[in-house]
Order: sequence, then C-alpha cells, then structure tokens
Amino acid sequence: MPGRLFLTKLARGLLTVWLIVTLTFVALNLSGDPIEALVGDQAPAEVIAHYREKFGLDRPLWQQYVSYVSGIAQGDFGLSLSDQRPAIELIAAALPRTLRLGLTAFVLGLLLGVGLGIVAALNRNRAIDRFVMSFAVLGFSLPNFFLGILLILLFSLHWRLLPSSGDQTIWHLILPAVTLGTHFAGTFARFTRSAMLEVLSKQYVVAARAKGVPRPRRVLWHALPNAAIPIITIIGLKLGDLVAGSIIVETVFAVPGVGRLLVNAVTSRDFALVQAILIMTSITMVLANLAVDAIYALIDPRMRAARSES
Amino acid sequence: MALTTLFRRKDDAPVRAEARYPTLVIIALALLGLILVIFLFADWLAPYDYRTQSLLKRLKPPSFLGGLPEHLLGTDELGRDVLSRLIYAIRFSVLVALGGTLIGAFIGTTLGFIAAHFRGLVEEAIMMLADVQASLPFMMIALALIALFGGGFFLFVAIMGFYGWEVFARLTRGVVIAANTQGYATAVTALGAPARHVYLRHVLPNILSVLIVQFTLNFPQVILLETSLSFLGLGIRPPLTSLGQMLGAGRAYLTSAWWIAVLPGMAIFLTTMSISIVGDWIRDRLDPTLQSR
Repeated sequence: MPGRLFLTKLARGLLTVWLIVTLTFVALNLSGDPIEALVGDQAPAEVIAHYREKFGLDRPLWQQYVSYVSGIAQGDFGLSLSDQRPAIELIAAALPRTLRLGLTAFVLGLLLGVGLGIVAALNRNRAIDRFVMSFAVLGFSLPNFFLGILLILLFSLHWRLLPSSGDQTIWHLILPAVTLGTHFAGTFARFTRSAMLEVLSKQYVVAARAKGVPRPRRVLWHALPNAAIPIITIIGLKLGDLVAGSIIVETVFAVPGVGRLLVNAVTSRDFALVQAILIMTSITMVLANLAVDAIYALIDPRMRAARSES
Repeated sequence: MALTTLFRRKDDAPVRAEARYPTLVIIALALLGLILVIFLFADWLAPYDYRTQSLLKRLKPPSFLGGLPEHLLGTDELGRDVLSRLIYAIRFSVLVALGGTLIGAFIGTTLGFIAAHFRGLVEEAIMMLADVQASLPFMMIALALIALFGGGFFLFVAIMGFYGWEVFARLTRGVVIAANTQGYATAVTALGAPARHVYLRHVLPNILSVLIVQFTLNFPQVILLETSLSFLGLGIRPPLTSLGQMLGAGRAYLTSAWWIAVLPGMAIFLTTMSISIVGDWIRDRLDPTLQSR
C-alpha cells in the first residue's frame, strides 16, 4: 500500500468527519432549545431544568463542545430524546437489516449491471444493445419510491406472489432488493458498456484474438480486468446513492432498518438520533472511499507504481 | 453518453436533418413544453380547486375506467379531483425545483468566483466545505436540516437551494481561474476595469454555457430530491401538494385506488426523463469534445 498518499487521504477523511461533527454541533445549537421541543414550552421550570442537567445543556458552550466531540470519539452519541436509550444502541439494532438489504441490492445491481453492460458492448448497436441500454435508462430514471410502488402493485397486490412489507423471511427481501438494485444495475450497465467498448478495441485484445484465444476467455480474462477501473470509480461514487436509496426503500417496504429509523427520528425531531446516524454515515462513507482507493492500488499495478513515486 | 445517441443508427452514418432533432428529443421537448404550460397556467387549466373535498365522491376511478365523467382522472380519498391536484402538484414541484436549483447555482457560482478571486485561505475554506457536502448523500443533510429547523415551505425551498452548490462552486472556480489567465480578462483588467466588471461582463458570459449544462443536470436531481422528501412526508406538506406528496399520500390506497399514487409517479418519471434527454442533447450540441462519444 502506498503509504504517504494513503495517509493524506486518511487525514482528509478525518478532517471531513470532524467538520461534520462540528457543523452538526453548531446546527444543533442554532436550531433552538431541544428540551423545549421534547417536553413542550408549557412544562414547569423544574422539569426543564432536570432535563437540561440530564443532557448536560446547563454547562458553557465550549464544555458542551469538548464533551460532545470526546463522547463521539468514544462511540457515545448521547441518548435518543424520544426513546431514552443510547442512540448507538438503536442504530446497532437496525443496522443488520439495512446491511442485508443494501448488500443484496448492491451485489444484485453490480452483477446484473456488469453482465448486461458486457453483453451490450459485445453486441454494439444491435437490437440487444439497444434493449439493454433502454433498460439502463429506465433503471436510473425511475425514482425508486415509484418503482417500489409499481412492484408492490404488481407482485403483492395483483399477482399476490411476494410480501410487500416487513423483513421476516427471505421472500421479504426480494422486492426491496430489486427496487434498490435496479438503479445500480442501470448505472453499472451504462458505465460497463462504455468501459468495455474502449478496452475491446485495444491492441492487446485484438492480439489475443489473432493468437486464437477463445472469446469468453478473451472477454473475461483480457478485457474485463482492464475495464474494472472506471467501474470501481462508479462504485465509490454511487455509495451515497445506496445510502439515500435505502432510506426511501426501507420506508416503502416497511423494513425496520437505519433508514426508517432516520425518517422516524426526523419526524419526531429526535436530534440525538439524527446526528448519530448522520455522523455514523459520514464515517462509513469516508471509510468506504478509502477502501475504494485501496482496491485501486490492489488491482492496478500501474497505480501502485505511480503512487509509490509520488 | 447521451440517451439520444443510443437511437442513432450507426456510428459512421452521415448526420441527417432528422438526427439533429431525434424523435425522442422532440417528444421530450413536447412533454417539457406541456409541463411549462401547466406550471404557468395551472389555475386556468385545473377544472377544480386542488383542495375542494367532496366526501360523497371518494375514491372514484378515472372516467375511462368507469368513473364519473366530471372527474377525468378520478378522485382521491377525500373526494378531491385527481387531475386538478396533479396540475397543481406539477406547479409546486417545478416551483420548488426551479427555486432550489437557482439558489444552489447562485450560491455556488458566487462562492466559486470568490474562491477564484481571493485564492489562498478563502479558497481553501470554500473548497473544504464543498468536500464536506460532497462526502454525504445530500438527502441526509436535507433530512438533518429538516429535523433541526422544521418543515415550512420557504425553509424547504431554501434547503433544496443547498443542493449541488458545491458542483457549481468547483466548476466556476476552475473556469474562472482558467479565464483569469486568458488574454481577454487580463486585457480588460489592464484597461482599468474593476474586478466586478471583469467577472460579470466578461468572464460570466464566457462560462455561461458550462453553468447552463450543470443546471440541466441539477434540475431533475432537485425534482427527485423534493419528490423523495415529500414522499416521506417531510417535504411539501398538506394542505399544499406536490408530486411526491400525492404519491406518498396515495400509497395507503394502492389496493382500492391505485391511480392516486401511479399518476403522479408517472408525471415524475416522465418529467425527469424528458429533462435528461433534452439535457443530454443540449450537452452534445454545446460541448464539442463530447460529440465523438
């Protein structure tokens, strides 16, 4: 792993997270009195004072900031205002469902998208290509809340094949995963197609053909790894969409994951929970982008060389 | 890669007159024209007020599916005319998206100019904020702001205005720095024009096409963002309506009255798709470097 550049990226990532933590703190303090929002403005003064002390809001601002940041550094995001349980506990309980849905959708989208993209590239400008690309455009133009509702209408209400809400069995996973995955399949198909088209015209692929390498091996062994770089870049860029998409899809299909937790927290104006989810997401995003950078270096020897020089 | 290019015949086919205005682009332009007309003349086009309830005529299907002749697209759970609601929902959604995108473009372009003009620490600070914004999905930022500051209409438009400013800022900063080194800007400065004059009169017109392209990219994104948040019940809220709000509210009646949810969904889909088709097409024409693709 090229050390220096990785450290720079890590430092930038930490800086980003710290800025988000700080901005959250500023926004929390700008937004008015959370205790009033919790107990209502008609509550007796001693009740307000009690909660103020309980949440540490009676101390000077800089002390609040220091304990806020150090708390977060130790994984303490405070108590959920409506639930009175640690915010992190609520997130931890919901996280497996979100991960299950997100990963399934992501893998589904990646396999389907890359597969379709390769097929389209190999059949450039034929009917198959146009069909695949129309699917791709449809995939990323259909808003996922609308696609979800269409799927529910068809598969749950009309044909009664699949359940429309909850997450008890593997059957419950299918519709939300397809909804979330279709968007990625569309995006990946588009980028895989153009990346493959570029690589397939390269001389080493032509040479492999001249040498008599069979087509499947030529495509999967010679071309695909070289088309992987732009595809991985898209993975990094699309992670945010995965997070945003799961908020919607979990709501549409009533999956009790982190996205639903966030929507409920926003509705009940439970700031502690909202900021905990916000900060956890930003940490995840920073780590994921670092991982994408690491993958670059792992799969591409050219980048390894270029980086160790810099 | 433009959608329109998918429907061209062959890469090397000679460009004909019809290829300059592909059928798909014409359809998309017609749809966008229709949306513009609806946006401008909603109060004349809508047969009813979008808030008028009629509990006797609840959940009636569209006329062509055996509903009442006076409610062309049926009625919703409170007996409100779906066609009228759809027309006003389009107006509100377009209004919010237009307002949001314009605010975002203005903030971003201004900050980009400031960053390019002052350089140094100011530039660092602005670019750092841009990085922070880009590091989180905007939907989460919007949700956090809504949780903190509540859900008034103007506040919501302001929050939409935060979307995408960082892209405009980066773009503007880049082209302004480049433009500043070019002859025309130096010449005008040498003639004694103040910086403001150089930027507004000379640099801005030169980078306008780049900004317009970015605008066409951001606009459908803001529509999707608005409809998503309104769908969750956290954006445009009743008594106002928007395409997402209608869709979200109609979700509860999928079994008995699917049209309440599906019609606004189709409207969102057709709108965003038309904008990307036209946007791709404009981009192809404005940016010669893309034409080979």
